Amino acid sequence: MSDALLQVNSPTWGEPDHAAADRLEAALGQGVVERRVEHRGELTLDVPVERLPDVCRHLRDAEGYDLLSSVTGVDYLGYEGEVAGYWGGGADGRDLNRSASAGKRAVPEAPGPKRFGVSVALAKVLTVADGDHRRLRVRVWVDEGEAVPTLTGVYPSADFHEREAWDLLGIEFAGHPNLRRILMPEDWGGHPQRKDYPLGGEPVQFSDEV
Amino acid sequence: MAATEAPKTWPKLEVLRPVPSELHPETDNPDLLEINLGPNHPSTHGVLRLVTTLDGEIVVGLKCEIGYVHTGIEKNIEQKTYWKAIPYVPRMDYLSFFSGETAFCMAVEKALELEVPRRAEWIRVLFQELARLHSHLIFLGTGSVDLGGIALLFYCFRARDEVLDLFEMVTGQRMHPRYCQVGGVAEDLPRGFEPKCREMIAFMRDQVDQYDELIAANPIWSQRTKGIGVLPPDFALQMGMTGPNLRASGVPYDLRTANGGYGAYREIGYTPVTEQAGDTHARFRVRIEEMRASLDVIEKVLDGIPEGPVIADDRKVVLPPRHELHTSMESLIHHFKLVTEGFTVPAGEVYAPIESARGEFGFHMVSDGGPKPWRVRLRSPSLVLLQSLAALCQGVYLADLIAILASIDPVLGDVDR
Repeated sequence: MSDALLQVNSPTWGEPDHAAADRLEAALGQGVVERRVEHRGELTLDVPVERLPDVCRHLRDAEGYDLLSSVTGVDYLGYEGEVAGYWGGGADGRDLNRSASAGKRAVPEAPGPKRFGVSVALAKVLTVADGDHRRLRVRVWVDEGEAVPTLTGVYPSADFHEREAWDLLGIEFAGHPNLRRILMPEDWGGHPQRKDYPLGGEPVQFSDEV
Repeated sequence: MAATEAPKTWPKLEVLRPVPSELHPETDNPDLLEINLGPNHPSTHGVLRLVTTLDGEIVVGLKCEIGYVHTGIEKNIEQKTYWKAIPYVPRMDYLSFFSGETAFCMAVEKALELEVPRRAEWIRVLFQELARLHSHLIFLGTGSVDLGGIALLFYCFRARDEVLDLFEMVTGQRMHPRYCQVGGVAEDLPRGFEPKCREMIAFMRDQVDQYDELIAANPIWSQRTKGIGVLPPDFALQMGMTGPNLRASGVPYDLRTANGGYGAYREIGYTPVTEQAGDTHARFRVRIEEMRASLDVIEKVLDGIPEGPVIADDRKVVLPPRHELHTSMESLIHHFKLVTEGFTVPAGEVYAPIESARGEFGFHMVSDGGPKPWRVRLRSPSLVLLQSLAALCQGVYLADLIAILASIDPVLGDVDR
């Protein structure tokens, strides 16, 4: 791996913005950044879930991260285990698509303390004078039944992203003005993007076989 | 950089409360009429349902109902090895399909730290621009139908076929070619491609000039589009708008140039196309100018494309060349392992955005170190830009709603995935 390669592969992230994280800690107190993860030149800040709107407001107003690029929920159920949640293989059956030797190169450690990670990707657009549009990811961790405070008050464009995370992963966003399903039908049961949601066998809609 | 060159007064457009993306009528007047625009309506460009509340002909309420073409592509990709997932990706944004393939492959390459040969980067740029051209042609054609001018549709679709012919010549497929691979592109450009592409450029320049004249000199077109749906830059950014829609409001933000650009754009260079007015007319103008800019980039690629391999030489990731399979045992093993098991990607979270025809388009990809992605999510520009629709359509005529919807150019495959 060379630095030149990272230049080619991750140009739109800019340099990891550690300075912004330092200033964030100075403004909002030690402990607001629980962990800094740097992977492939991308800086991720793990923050306490209840501080998320404060952190984002600070990053928007003081640091100039004026674009909310996306809010992505990730279900880490079984992530660090040996059977890594490839659905179809389990105690009672063999997964034909998973050959015996397709083991992991390294069993990953748990990426976070809880089941769901919610990544908020931010970018600088208008506030940049020299064309240095940096990016930053803020991440919180929640378990089933815990709610993430909504970001719609800070970045209105979080609306659809949060609805999607609720719809597909069942992550609740406290204070969201319109938290209802967005992609799945209103009366759908379950949250399909979860790792424990079965792949096959759901009833065929609009047929008599329900 | 200044957001706008000349001082300009923007209309006061506020984020709608209580719901940022919905417009609710302020009165409970029983004469208000609620209609469903779509999901099956030609002007919604797919299956988008707009629950519209009308006061006479004025739009006073608007809700976007989406999800009609949700096919669970992201869930499906989690069950596939990385390179088997590539064919799914262009089906999301099916108009600038090559952008999808490139964005996916770039995300995997970033997670792998895999270097892509220079020639492959240039070829990718060539086809990204062809896909953008294709997307903008369809935008212009269908957009003009929405405004009542059907002639342009036929011109644009004829011109679009010239672009698809080039895809067919190189990849064998007209759409969704699966030409981009992790590590490069599948094959080199065939003999005879360059003259054919130059022919297309000359033809297309002429065509774009004609389309431009056709709508620029048309008073009906001007009246239907000028001053309609004005989008102030700060509001656009608040609502997450990127791409041509943002540039039509005077913000020269383009991922092809931001931080120096990505891939071969770093060498080729590009100047973002902007318009200052921010209205429906400006959004049409930006795309017409972008088509010209794309043709310039394509020409630069043809002039300066470097020689060399078109795919990386990492046998743990990239399929060995076909001819080696007959003579080399190792190649055969690598081929077999890659096809049956795929390659493993180091654990971690990456996001590699590129500039598609609609804006920032990137895959947020989480790997667990196995051969299948743990989670893939598309940051889809269309999903985000639909959120501004309600604010833009506040108090406009129903016919203008159609024009505004056409001008922000959502693709429903991209919205619903």
